[in-house]
Amino acid sequence: MKIFVTDFDGIEHELEGIEGWRIMEIIRDYGLPIKAECGGACLCGTCHVYVDPEWVDKLYPKTDDEEDRLMEDAVGVEDSSRLSCQILMSEELDGLRVTMAPGSLKD
Amino acid sequence: MTTEKNEYLTDAVIIGAGPVGLFAVFELGLLDIKAHLVDILDRPGGQCTELYPEKPIYDIPAYPMISGQELTDNLLKQIEPFKPTFHLSQMAESVTRTDDGKWKVVTDIGTTLIAPVIIIAAGGGSFMPKKPSLPAIESFEGISVFYAVRKMDHFRDKNLVIAGGGDSALDWTINLQPIAKHVTLIHRRDDFRAAPDSVNKMRELVAAGKMTLKIADLVGIEGTAPQITGLNVKSKECGEETIPCDTLLAFYGLTMKLGPIANFGLNLHENLIPVDTEKFETSEKGIFAIGDINYYPGKLKLILSGFHEAALMAQQAFRYIYPDKKLRFQYTTSSSDLQGKLGVKDAT
Repeated sequence: MKIFVTDFDGIEHELEGIEGWRIMEIIRDYGLPIKAECGGACLCGTCHVYVDPEWVDKLYPKTDDEEDRLMEDAVGVEDSSRLSCQILMSEELDGLRVTMAPGSLKD
Repeated sequence: MTTEKNEYLTDAVIIGAGPVGLFAVFELGLLDIKAHLVDILDRPGGQCTELYPEKPIYDIPAYPMISGQELTDNLLKQIEPFKPTFHLSQMAESVTRTDDGKWKVVTDIGTTLIAPVIIIAAGGGSFMPKKPSLPAIESFEGISVFYAVRKMDHFRDKNLVIAGGGDSALDWTINLQPIAKHVTLIHRRDDFRAAPDSVNKMRELVAAGKMTLKIADLVGIEGTAPQITGLNVKSKECGEETIPCDTLLAFYGLTMKLGPIANFGLNLHENLIPVDTEKFETSEKGIFAIGDINYYPGKLKLILSGFHEAALMAQQAFRYIYPDKKLRFQYTTSSSDLQGKLGVKDAT
């Protein structure tokens, strides 16, 4: 399983997907500077990513909580915006492409 | 000991009142070291109480599950015998050496703390207000745009817009409504993450025509810096419009930033403070860093690691504060000396 993550400099990285892990955790574990300050509790907007258009409809829909955090806490929200802590890695997401969004860069 | 207004001499200054800073009070206290704590938040607990008071934590030794709030409450109870002094709602802004070799911490509101030992337990840095992403908002800050209320009177007779949908936005709407000329609360949707009682009070004020509630997104500022004259808002129902006002108070929550720690003159490693693993001391003698803010090979950002670091730090702090005294290692289970300090001497 792989996921492809484009970092804040526009560079794409190929990351090993780990079944059941949050995409945020996979990004953090790989060492990309994602802020994710609430640690995956869906309480902030600092693990915000843009999902590649071809993947948007393949993900589980957003919960109300995720929608709220995106709208109130995240920066530069678009239709493809998701919180990466709310996407769990699974076989179906093999090949997922996301881009890290502004406001999610670790200080 | 207070020497003059807002200046304190003490044994140790702890920057950060999160779980690790609080436990440091305990470990220092057992060694007769008095501590003052500084925190930018208005209450102790750091991330535990600010970000996830209700979230269960499962890896605190002897607690199969404990919430961030419970952990903080328990730590506060545990350090009660040592009577720490808290300087809350202020940020440690500078650290400098005094002429007699001590350290001086000055906060952003002018509190000065002088001690031989400083412990930086600042976690992910300072919690700072999240700003609305409006062009050039910085040039209005402090004059007509604010993220906190220091003095209510500052908002008297103002034509005030409050932005946000949480407890701070609602509380200040209710508290400032009687003294402001007019209050408009702006939130992106008609649903609030605040105490139901506050929401009801706000709705009563709206129904009575005493304030305005606007459901819209904040998109722009009108006026010449540093004075706003209005705010541009956008909503699906009404499109774009301008709300005339002279002051904006925005409550968009908090985010962590390293902040002034970067200017303390310490070596940094990717925004973390490198320390040794014997004393958890930084590149400066007498300044320690414990908890999430420090870095050493093998570091794990766990609360329990911070607790361990606090205990070892305290040993070295003792040597600086009491250079002539012998440090004796004692257990709280058996030492009547320690039990006396904890106020439990008669309990056995």
